Amino acid sequence: MTPAAAPAANASSRPPAAAAIALAAAVAALAFTFLHAESQAAVGWIAASSVAAVLAAARLGALRWASRGALARERTTSVALAAGLAALVLAFHDDHFTLLLLARVLLVATACLGLHVQFGMAGVVNFAGAAFFGIGSYTAAVLAGRTSVPHVAVLAAAGALAALVGSVLLLPLLRTRGHYAALITIAFGIGFRTFLEVNDALGGPQGLNVAGFSLLGFSFNENWTVRGVEVSFYVAYVALAFLLLGGAFAVVRRLETSWIGLALDAVRLDETAAASFGVRVPRWKIGAFTLGNFVTGVAGALSAMMTGYIAPNAFTFQESLVFVSIVLLGGIGNAWGLLLATFLVVVVPEKLQAIQEYRFLLFASLVVLVLVFRPSGLVPRALRRRFGEAP
Amino acid sequence: MTGPLLSVRGLTRRFGGVVALDGLSFELEPGRILGLIGPNGSGKTTFFNVLTGVYRAHAGELRFAGRPVTNLPPQAIYELGITRTFQRSRLCLTLTVFDNVALGNHRRLEHGLAFNVLRRRALGREFEAMRAAVCELLAIFDAPLAERLEEPVAGIPMIDRRRIEICRALASRPRLLLLDEPSAGMTPEETRRLMDDILEVRRRLGDLGIVLVEHEMSAIERATDRCVVLDYGRKLAEGTYAEVAADPRVKQAYLGLA
Repeated sequence: MTPAAAPAANASSRPPAAAAIALAAAVAALAFTFLHAESQAAVGWIAASSVAAVLAAARLGALRWASRGALARERTTSVALAAGLAALVLAFHDDHFTLLLLARVLLVATACLGLHVQFGMAGVVNFAGAAFFGIGSYTAAVLAGRTSVPHVAVLAAAGALAALVGSVLLLPLLRTRGHYAALITIAFGIGFRTFLEVNDALGGPQGLNVAGFSLLGFSFNENWTVRGVEVSFYVAYVALAFLLLGGAFAVVRRLETSWIGLALDAVRLDETAAASFGVRVPRWKIGAFTLGNFVTGVAGALSAMMTGYIAPNAFTFQESLVFVSIVLLGGIGNAWGLLLATFLVVVVPEKLQAIQEYRFLLFASLVVLVLVFRPSGLVPRALRRRFGEAP
Repeated sequence: MTGPLLSVRGLTRRFGGVVALDGLSFELEPGRILGLIGPNGSGKTTFFNVLTGVYRAHAGELRFAGRPVTNLPPQAIYELGITRTFQRSRLCLTLTVFDNVALGNHRRLEHGLAFNVLRRRALGREFEAMRAAVCELLAIFDAPLAERLEEPVAGIPMIDRRRIEICRALASRPRLLLLDEPSAGMTPEETRRLMDDILEVRRRLGDLGIVLVEHEMSAIERATDRCVVLDYGRKLAEGTYAEVAADPRVKQAYLGLA
């Protein structure tokens, strides 16, 4: 019996930090070329060659080396990715469209982290992600437009309201499993959209304008100039969205590598066995569902304040499916994979206008292909290993 | 402690018209191993499920260390100190050996949100303490297993999975351990080794009571102090293995001898 020997062996076989940094640099460089390309031909060419590059790297084992290194040193990876994002922001500092796209990636990733807590960790399905995102958005529209509540508190209130409205679903969700639970969330999502459309106080089908975010008198909706250089106001939104995502991500990774993650795994994998070891299954499901909706709601609120306008047709069942497909593609239960999947799903159709109209068709086929050929997602769930390693 | 660890009085459970348990009564002293045997469908697993709160009892009474425990929910049964293994392995195959065993100690782990997210050092210490405890438990069975703590259970051979399952059941230091056919799917040699392990567990954990459901008569003979024979939910015979094995009614129920 050598309890001390195991961690030591782990530490010595830990891949070098270079792997994490190399991966982050490659991701940032790829993102830059892709975002920078203007003509459709160039975008298409870059997309095709990056797929080829990734396949080649996988064949050579470089991908495996880099991703193992990155996952073994999450803190280094996080810092390197944050630096990569900062470099992207610097490069596109006056490009509204690209910055908006980046902020949207960050916010959708945050929203999907909420789903990840529910589906990936506790095994509670939620096909109404866009509805909870929408609850956050509408809360922000109403509170920021009609009251003088500070905007940081608006974000928190939006999350709290999403969590509260979600509790309506708790009783039916706890009494059903599998397909039936999924149907309940689908019904809720469709019902929510209908409610918005017929509700004139919330703008009906035309929707609402939303005030921009402001913090201590600093408005996020004004461009600034730094030493004569014009900087897009979206930089501030990217920064704030990054803070939200970073916070949510750190909490989620810490939960995963803690006793809470273990209890949720037990609930997801075998309720009967979990219950016989004292795990109070309903309580854990409620906790995960509520926390997930809170996170999704906060992301929805900031998203609404950033775009300045919301309408019911932004919160459809189809949008919920996009969220779910991100979680599936990322490798149900892998928060890192989820970031990658969000980037693919949000950015590719925006840049590749040719496929814009067919994007749902494309996602659908992508999800089917992944489920057939790589059922555990692009980046499969990792084992819970050492504690205290999360970013 | 005086008095029995577990006492069962007139326990009855029906499934529609089928009486799975029919007025079952017996007692178990602390530190003893009781074998529960009987043909398929005679109510052995049903007894475990009623005792651990998975199914409700329709009549009768269960007392654990003098306290009535009939129809308590599974969590309450676990917290009183009764744990079990399952007939078909219910380990979480995608989780590591450590995770599976640590889950058994759920009630003593700190589950506060602030503790788990913010107090990472304290969490790390709890983790190391649990790791030492898990190694100690695994070492009762098989020392090399303690070196595979970080591997997923999916890659572990059957006999070791059984051992891990028993360790998971022992992780919370229960007073009564229920083993549901631990030898299922194993070779006679593996079964013999597992029974030795169970005797070793009893030797180390002084007053732990064990109820062992088995089909394998050699296993029962090797490991148990007393046996209760079930047939159609009723107690057919009770006594040492030698006594019940010689009982003509048992022979008839089991072997179909006239």
